[in-house]
Amino acid sequence: MARITAGVATSHVPAIGAALDNGKAGDDYWRPVFAGYEASKAWIAAEKPDVIILVYNDHASAFSLELIPTFAIGCAESFAPADEGWGPRPVPTVEGHPALAWHLAEQLIFDEFDMTIVNRMDVDHGLTVPLSLMFGQPDAWPCKVIPLAVNVVQYPPPSGKRCYNLGKAIRRAVDSFPEDLKVVVFGTGGMSHQLQGPRAGLINRDFDNAFLDRLIEDPEAQAAVPHLDYVREAGSEGIELVMWLIMRGALDPKVKVAHRFYHVPASNTAVGHLILENPGCA
Amino acid sequence: MTEKPYHDIPGTTLFDAEQSRKGYHLNMFCMSLMKADNRAAFKADERGYLDSYPMTEAQKQSVLDRDWNGMIALGGNIYFTSKIAATDGLSFQQIAAKMSGVSQAEYAQMMLDGGRSVEGNRSKKEQARG
Repeated sequence: MARITAGVATSHVPAIGAALDNGKAGDDYWRPVFAGYEASKAWIAAEKPDVIILVYNDHASAFSLELIPTFAIGCAESFAPADEGWGPRPVPTVEGHPALAWHLAEQLIFDEFDMTIVNRMDVDHGLTVPLSLMFGQPDAWPCKVIPLAVNVVQYPPPSGKRCYNLGKAIRRAVDSFPEDLKVVVFGTGGMSHQLQGPRAGLINRDFDNAFLDRLIEDPEAQAAVPHLDYVREAGSEGIELVMWLIMRGALDPKVKVAHRFYHVPASNTAVGHLILENPGCA
Repeated sequence: MTEKPYHDIPGTTLFDAEQSRKGYHLNMFCMSLMKADNRAAFKADERGYLDSYPMTEAQKQSVLDRDWNGMIALGGNIYFTSKIAATDGLSFQQIAAKMSGVSQAEYAQMMLDGGRSVEGNRSKKEQARG
C-alpha cells in the first residue's frame, strides 16, 4: 500500500532559484539560505521517496485570469519548467505519476473536494525552487512529482481549515492506493512577505515562528486563523502559508520534527523550512 | 466601492473580485509578455501595443509611466505587472523599492536589517492614533 512518511514545508522564493541557476549560491548573501538546506538534502537522499505530492501556487504562469482553479491536480506524464519572462529555469522536466494522480483526483472528488484535473501544465518557480532546495542540481529529479496547485493570487484563497481538511483527504486517498509507494507531501510558499504597494518588504518574525510552532503542535488551531490575520500580520503574499496546512493535514496529529530552519531575508521574503516525520511510518 | 475589513490595512491592495474585474485587460496585456516575440513587439512600440488591448486610458498611461502603484490601484496584480518589470530587466526587489518610495539601496538594506516592521503597519486606524 502507498503511505505518506513525511512532510516538507519550504518557501519558494524565485530569487533562490535564480541564485542557484546563476552560480551565486556561495555568495555571502545566499550562503546562509542554502546552508539551512544541507541537512535536508541528506535527509531526502536517505528518505528516497517514490513520489512527492507538491502543493504550491502558480504565479500567473500556467493560469492567467482566464481560468482560476482553487485546487488543481496535475495528472500528466510530465510537466515542463515555465518561461516566466526570462526563459525557463535550467532544471529537469518534472516527471508525474499519472496513476496516483488520477487516483487522488477521483478519491478527493468522492470525498467532496472538487479538484480541477490538469493534463497539460508548465510549472513555475513555485514548484521547481523547492525541488532545487531539496535535491540541488541533478540531471533528472530523483522521484516522481504530482503538482497540486492552489489559488492564492485571486482573493480569496481557500481557508486554512479547507486546506487542512484537504490534507486529511489526501492522506485517506494515498492510504487506499494499492501500489507500494513511499510518498512525501510538500507544502510551499511564504513565509511573511509583501511584494506590492507602499507596505512592500513587510517581515514578521514573531508571526512566522508562532506559525511554525502551531503548525507542528496544534495545527487545528492554526487552521482556524482567518485570511485577514495572515494579510495583516504576514503581508499580502504571506497568505501563501495556508498551503502548508495541506501538507500538515496529510500527516499524523503528532509528528517528529526532523529539521527546522528560519532566515531573513531572501530578496523580499522570510524563508521558513520544516521537515516533519510521521512516527512509525519511516 | 464596498468597504471590506482589509481596506483598513495600510499600503496594501488585495486582488479581490472588484480589482480583478477592473484589471482584467491590464493583467491580460501583462500576461502576453510571457512570450519573447510579444516582449519585442511591446518594446518596439509600447503605445501601439497597448492600443491593441481594450484597457482604459489611465491603465495604458500607468504602464507607459511605469507607475507600479498606479497599475495596482487600477486593477493590476503584482504577479502580472511584474512581467513588465521582467521585460524591462528589473527584479522584484527593484520594483518593490519603487512601490515603497525608497531607493533600491535603501530597500535592500531594510530587508537585510530584517524587513519592514509590522509595528505601526497593521492598520490605518492604528496609524491615525500614532
